[in-house]
Amino acid sequence: MSGSADRLPRLLALVPYLMSHPGAQLGEVAEVFGLSEKQLIDDLQLVWMCGLPGHTPGDLIDVSWDGGEILIDNADTIARPLRLGIDEASALLVALRMLGAMPELAEVPGDALPRVVAKLERAAGEGAAAVSSQFAVDVDATPDALLRVREGLTRRRRLSLRYYVPGRDEVTPREVDPMRLVVVDGRTYLECWCYRAEAMRLFRLDRMLGVDVLDVAADPPAEAEPIDVAQGVFRPSPTDELVELEVTAAGRWVAEYYPCEEVTELGEGRLRVALRARDEDWLLKLALRLGDTGRVVSPPALADRVREEAERALSRYAHRS
Amino acid sequence: MSRRKTERLLNLVICLLATRRPLSAEQIRQAVPGYDRDGDEAFQRMFERDKNELREIGIPIDVVRDPWEDEPGYRIERQSYELPEITLEADEAAVLGLAAQVWQRASLAEAASGALLKLRAGGVATDETIGAGALELRLDTRDPAFPALWDAVRDRRLVRFDYRGAGSENVRSRTVEPWGVVSRRGRWYLAGFDRGRDAPRAFRLSRITGQVVTIGRPGSIEVPPGVDLRAMVGFPEEPVEERMAVIRVRQGACEGLRQLSRVVRPGSDGWDEAELGFTDPERLAGWMASLGADVEVVDPPDAREAVIRRLKGALA
Repeated sequence: MSGSADRLPRLLALVPYLMSHPGAQLGEVAEVFGLSEKQLIDDLQLVWMCGLPGHTPGDLIDVSWDGGEILIDNADTIARPLRLGIDEASALLVALRMLGAMPELAEVPGDALPRVVAKLERAAGEGAAAVSSQFAVDVDATPDALLRVREGLTRRRRLSLRYYVPGRDEVTPREVDPMRLVVVDGRTYLECWCYRAEAMRLFRLDRMLGVDVLDVAADPPAEAEPIDVAQGVFRPSPTDELVELEVTAAGRWVAEYYPCEEVTELGEGRLRVALRARDEDWLLKLALRLGDTGRVVSPPALADRVREEAERALSRYAHRS
Repeated sequence: MSRRKTERLLNLVICLLATRRPLSAEQIRQAVPGYDRDGDEAFQRMFERDKNELREIGIPIDVVRDPWEDEPGYRIERQSYELPEITLEADEAAVLGLAAQVWQRASLAEAASGALLKLRAGGVATDETIGAGALELRLDTRDPAFPALWDAVRDRRLVRFDYRGAGSENVRSRTVEPWGVVSRRGRWYLAGFDRGRDAPRAFRLSRITGQVVTIGRPGSIEVPPGVDLRAMVGFPEEPVEERMAVIRVRQGACEGLRQLSRVVRPGSDGWDEAELGFTDPERLAGWMASLGADVEVVDPPDAREAVIRRLKGALA
């Protein structure tokens, strides 16, 4: 909310905030509004120039921030914030309804959810309730692993997992210290410190083939920092090799499934996609899976590997077709 | 927006809220600093723009036409402007804090945080620290079509867009009455009535190409009562009979396949034999082809043929 176009809505929230938090500190208010202290003071100076028609000193809003403590007076006309817009209320209501669809995960205490939905619907302008019911988020059925993962989280116990990685067709045993659950786009992940990777990892609960709660206290190392999932769950490293594939219309799912650096339409539904991948074996498997719906353009060495592996595999079929 | 303009608009809001009687444009011009210096025409244009900007951020400006006056009067009614009194219990605030951090991309993330800010400004204690706790929830709306469809659903307007069918080479224009938008397994779908096909349909947002065009007036679409959006995007849940495949697996390889198989019989020639349940031979073939020379699908023949076809495709 620091852009100048948002300034008026911000001021119309700032004044009521200061009215309802008399004596608030500059630093604290700046943080709430996502501003630097300098920007906040600039806002206060602007507010101080405004007021009722007549604009005599008695009409103007009175603001002071001596010693960093903000006091405001003579702003009764705009003492209450503007009511919630339809988008604002709907964004919250859709998210609240999603929480309601996953009671085992969100563990919302008591009937807090319906209560807050009702209050919000009342506070919102007309229409928000109707709009928000037109957006829905389906959450995956509760994975079997949830019960024990939860136990590990609440009792702070180390977990032993058998984790399936379809891209490499591997099942690996891992010992992890659970940190929290992360639900992204309807899928549930355990964020944890993985002792095998010696790093933070996100593991999908529906790919855990087995979970055991160990009789060991979870004790993640100091460097175990939460993973920033704001940019998505998979974030290939910029040092991973860049690979170019061409896919037909039937292979377009690749571009929807994996984060691509570049996607170019080639006509007739064909695409050229550039993506980064941690290991070449995974790419080899992807290219084989695609069959005639995709091919590796570069690097050429990978294209050769795909052909060689396909030939070797076909020779097995040739001997008794 | 320049500082001078922000100042003028803030003064305008205060003026229209404070007045008991509707004010004519001329009275507003006298009362609000920033208008006085301009000529009549410039003022009219400026005032029109200002009113529009205030409406855009959700400020309700009443236009009152009094039969005794030539000019309309303007005011903001306090009741429709102000956030009603609202208080949240601690548990309610925690839930709201969790909900407010769900959206990841610009439009809705801003709407949610804007709402939270208004509530806090109104004296509601909200708890945003809960996101740092034991659960984090995120929803991504990366599809470029999402914002336009959100608007169209909200405003109940018809939409038209180009759409590529699953695995199809063709893009066709679709005209749809949007009923709702649903996220399922990480993908967003539009559910609505396809006018061209004269039937309810669901569309995956990632297959919409180009712009979504909105047609007609707000409010012109009627969502049929009782429509189940989730059911519209759900895949048919009819039980498909599971079949059994027999697969030779190189010893020491394909750990995942072994784990998911029903039985693995050890062999003596360096190969084991696994029995694996499957429903769709093409899906099975994709997986088996990806394992390359470490597996050989022995049976059934249609799955075996499907694997051979894929491998030959990868050779070309």
